[in-house]
Order: sequence, then C-alpha cells, then structure tokens
Amino acid sequence: MENIAGTKARLTWAVNLAALLLVIIWTVPTLGLLVSSFRDKDQIAATGWWRAAFPSTQSDFFRAGPAADQKQEGDLWVIAGNAFEPGQMVSAWGTTSKAPDALKPGEVADLKDGQQLTVAADGSYRLTSPTQFEDGRGMRIFFTSTQPPKFTTDNYVKVIGAEGLGRAFLNTMTVTIPATVIPILIAAFAAYALAWMDFPGRALIVAGIVGLLVVPLQLALIPLLKFHNDIGLGKSYLGIWLAHTGFGLPLAIYLLRSYMTGLPREVIESARVDGATEFHIFRKIILPLSFPALASFAIFQFLWVWNDLLVATVFLGNRPDQLVMTGVLRELLGSKGGDWEILAASAFISIAVPLIVFFSMQKYLVRGLLAGSVKGG
Amino acid sequence: MEQILFGLTTIIVGVFGCAAWFWGSNFLLDAALPPRGPNAGRNITRASMIRPWLFLGPALVALGLYLVYPVFESLWRSLHDATGASWVGLANYRWLFSDPKFQESILNNLVWLLVVPSLSTFFGLIAAQVTDRIRWGNVAKSLIFMPMAISFVGAGVIWKFVYDFRAEGRDQIGLLNAIVQSLGGEPQTWLSIPFWNNFFLMAVLIWIQTGFAMVILSAALRGIPEETVEAAILDGANPWQLFFRIKVPQIWGTIAVVWTTITITVLKVFDIVFVMTNGQWGSQVLANFMYDWMFRGTPDYGRGSAIAIVIMALVTPIMVWNIRNARREMQ
Repeated sequence: MENIAGTKARLTWAVNLAALLLVIIWTVPTLGLLVSSFRDKDQIAATGWWRAAFPSTQSDFFRAGPAADQKQEGDLWVIAGNAFEPGQMVSAWGTTSKAPDALKPGEVADLKDGQQLTVAADGSYRLTSPTQFEDGRGMRIFFTSTQPPKFTTDNYVKVIGAEGLGRAFLNTMTVTIPATVIPILIAAFAAYALAWMDFPGRALIVAGIVGLLVVPLQLALIPLLKFHNDIGLGKSYLGIWLAHTGFGLPLAIYLLRSYMTGLPREVIESARVDGATEFHIFRKIILPLSFPALASFAIFQFLWVWNDLLVATVFLGNRPDQLVMTGVLRELLGSKGGDWEILAASAFISIAVPLIVFFSMQKYLVRGLLAGSVKGG
Repeated sequence: MEQILFGLTTIIVGVFGCAAWFWGSNFLLDAALPPRGPNAGRNITRASMIRPWLFLGPALVALGLYLVYPVFESLWRSLHDATGASWVGLANYRWLFSDPKFQESILNNLVWLLVVPSLSTFFGLIAAQVTDRIRWGNVAKSLIFMPMAISFVGAGVIWKFVYDFRAEGRDQIGLLNAIVQSLGGEPQTWLSIPFWNNFFLMAVLIWIQTGFAMVILSAALRGIPEETVEAAILDGANPWQLFFRIKVPQIWGTIAVVWTTITITVLKVFDIVFVMTNGQWGSQVLANFMYDWMFRGTPDYGRGSAIAIVIMALVTPIMVWNIRNARREMQ
C-alpha cells in the first residue's frame, strides 16, 4: 500500500510540475512584452526584460561642454558639468574608445598640454587646462554607468498620441461593434427558421452552411472589393461591416441553430397552439432562451473582427487616419522594428480590450467553442 | 467624435433596418394571407411555406454574395489575365506550378500542415490531461488559453521580441538568444535562417492554437465514462497506459475535429508570416504569396485568384468531411 501511495504522491508532483512548465512557457512571452512596455527606452535596449527589477549597466559616451562653456578659475580654465540623470552612477570611465573603462570614479586623468579630467561617481566632470580651450566641440568622455530600474508610462503616452494609436483605437471600435451586432441579428432569424420551421430544402441549406464554415476568406477579397467599387461603396466602413457580416454568418448560423434545436419543443409547440405568430415566438421565447449562444457568438465575432488584419487592410483604406490597430502595429513593425518601447506599448494597447473580454467572458467563449466544432463520428 | 456618432448611427440604423425587415415582411405576409376568414386553412399553409424564406432571406443573400459568389468569380478570374480582360485558359496554373516561390510556399504549407495541427493537438491533450488533475487547474487553463484572444499581429510582436537578436557578446534582450548565450551557444537571427525559420513562425501559431485544443479535448476527456477508467485501474493499468490506451482511443473523434479545425486555420495562415518575415528567407506560405500577387506592386488578379483556388482546393476535402458528419448527425 505504501508503495502505491508513494507513486501517487510522485505523480501528483510530476503533474503539477508539468502544468507549471506549460503555464510558464505559455505566459512568459506575453509577460516579457508587458514588462518592457513599462520600461525606459534605454533600459530596454541595454538589458533583458527579466532583469527589469535590477539596476542596469550601460556603456556609452557623452561630450564635455564646448570651449564656449569655459570659465577662468585663478590661473586654470575649467569646463565642468553633469550629463547624467539623477540616480545614474558611474562605475568606470575613460577618455578613449580603446580604453573606455580605464579609470575609476574620482580618479584624475592627465591629458595632453597639462590638461586634466576627472569624473565623479554621480557623473559630474571637471576638465581643467592651464591655457584657454580652443576646440569648438567638447571632448568625448566614455563611461560605464549603472542605472536604477526605471518604470514609466511614457511609452503609452507616446504611442497613443504621436504614433496615432488613439485614432486607430477609435477606428477599430467603429469597425468592430457594428460588425458584431449586425450578423447576430441576421443569423438569429435564419437559425430559428432552420431549427424550428419545416420547409423543403432545409437540410440542404444546413449542409451548405457547414460547408461555407471553412471557405477561405482569401477567395472573397478581390471579387468583393470589385463589387464594392462597382456599387459605389469603395473602401468604407459600410463595406467592411458588410464583409465581416458575410464572413461571420456561417459560424453564427451554425452555432445558433445547434443551440436553438436543443431548446424544449413543448414550449414552442404550446405557444404555437396558443396562436402566437412565429415572429412573436422568436422575439419572446427564442431570443431570451438563446442568450448564452448569442453571447458566445458575439465574443467570437468581436475577437475575430478586433484582431483581424487582412479584411481591414483590403476593405478599408491605408491612409494613416483610416488604419485599425492591427494595421498600425504592422506599420510600426516595419518602420520601428527595433524600437521595442513603442512596439510593446502599441501591442498592449491593441490586445488589452480582447484580453479583458476574454477573461471576463471566458465561460461563454468555451461554451461556444464546444458547440462550434463540428462533432466528429 | 464625428466618427463615434457615425458608428452609433449605423448601429441604430442597421439594427432597426434588420428588425424592420423581419417585422415588416411578417406583417405584410399576415396581411396578404390572413390566418382567419373563409380561406384560413389555405392561407396558413401558404404563409408557412413563405415565412421561412423571409427569415432566411437576408442571411442567404449575404452568404451568397460574400462567400458563394466569390468562389465562382475567383475560378473565373483564375482563367483570365492580370486585369480579367482576356481568357488565358490554364496559363496561370501552368505558371504557378513552375514558379519557384509557389513551390516554396506549397512545401512550407505542407510542413505547417504536418507540424502545427499535430503539435497543437499534442500539447493541448497534455495540457487538458494535466490541468484536469490539479487544484489550480482552472487558472492554468485560463493562462494557456489566453493567447487565443491575442491577434496574430500582436502575437507576431510578442514573438519577434522573444527572437530578437544582438551581436554576439552583447547583452541579449531577446529571451531565446539570452538562453542560448547563457548556455554557451552562439546567438542567431532566428527568423532569417532558411527553412528553420518556418519552425519559429509555426511556434507562434502552436502557441495560439494549443489553448483551443486544450479546451475542447478537456471537455472530451471529462466525458469519458468513469467505468472504463475504473475497470482499467482495477486491471492494474499504470497512469501512462490509462491515458494512451484507455482515454485517448475514446476521444479519437474529438481529436479529429480539433485536428481538422486547426488544419483549416493553418491553410489560411497569413498575418503571422506577413508581419514577421513577409515571406522572406524562404518562409513564404500560400496566403501571403497570394496577397503579394493581388495587392503588391502591379496587381495580377489572374495569378492571385489561381493561388486562392489552390487554397480552396486544399480545404475542400475537410469541407466534404464536415458536411458528411453534419448530415449524419442531423439524421
């Protein structure tokens, strides 16, 4: 018995560990970008995000003030100043790029013509010379410094304003909400007809809708863009709403029909016997009872439209003021490929709403997924 | 502000328009064929023949226009030249099959088709089994499922950061290179290593799809009859045998569904490749290849449509399989 119990405990451990490992792999990439979106620009470039909570070291140089800054103190000419931010500490410094960390803070370097340079730990420097300085540009001072961890919301402020993400957020909203509401309405009526009305050709239509579930969107792009141009819609919000409605309908009808078929027959039959019209039954009985299915589809469609790039790229214009957030993000990836502070903050603004929807309505999403996958035999 | 008003107006107009159609058409039908009076019986029969089509009408129009018509239109365009002006027969397809970039795309797509559905399903199965047995299972499920809510473009940014490259010896800020460097390896520009970069792109889709597989498979695992599991335990099956010999065979149907659903997603994969490599360094796939021909430079609608038709042809077997299953279920 003891032996079995031992195996069991070990197995529980293994299972917990495996789960932990999976969770770590599945969350760490997102976490990395989230942490980075709050870090200072220079620190992102200097150290990995996993060291965000520790001081970072950075090697660079700054220039001493130009000759114009010099002051006379007794018989010495002095250029002094501090190019550091508060909290930044020098750990080593140097006067040439060959030996950028030859000297400790506080040490004095002897330069040519009797000039002397010293850099203190807080980054303040003092360059002295027995004769007047003549060079226009200040000399380069190399340093290795440590900076305390710095977190900021500047990145977010910057992308919402300067990179046009605020505008794009509105555009995305404008695309998403009607493109979620309209198909639900159309699909609900169709699903009711397919679930509870008897008419020839019904099975054929259901089969057709199951088939349309998998038709690649790519096929529709050119014919529909042409069609929109022909009827004068062009690239407009109306066009993209219609497109998303068309593309979302198969899933909507399929989901709602499966759900409505499962509603209790007696309720509907007795309403019919009482002389209620089909329209009345639909509005007073079917719609309220189908709320969970409507919610699942609404979440699907919302996530899908919000996250879509292809349909928006094709059916909306590509002027900066017309882009949705995925479009802006894509542009930024192209033009600011290395500016991770901008990319990280932008990415988080664009995924914030879907994540909120996801975590608050996961129950409906899961239910919809379970109903939506065509059951295999 | 203007835009918000515009959006709100459309929602209201759209919703009222739809409601007005359904309500109005029903009202007219009842007025034309009143279910009372001398012909009540005949009227009711006729009205109930027409009514379904009123309910279905808008949906059928939208489906026909936005999904059925494009299939035929694309087929027609794929047999015409770049602007659709003149008939070229199968020339576009002949060009397609001799084009090296197309061969690259279709090969890559095949690798994607082999790797992504199998690994997503595999990880999903493991995740389902593991999270069902621990106390914090629901939290773990939520977190593994989370990437599902993230757009492909957002996921592209997230993973590009993981793959970020700095010259050797410098502090790596990309997680993958940091790990490689700390283990003594040489940092790589992961996304530009021909052929292998495909796998780094696939990782993104696997990361997104595993949660989906997990949710569905977990429901299936919980639906397995207790008796079979208990009987196996009594017969002395160890946990591995229990899982692979008893549980997995009972959920083959669901595994197949998950597999095919992810396969469809893979065939349509576009955004990930589009934003991460744009098909450079040998990582082209069909959907992005099609986009190139349709919307970059001088558009060639003939060739673009031909590629779209190839994607459609690849999807068709799954479509037929789905329809057959659905029909069997309805009977």
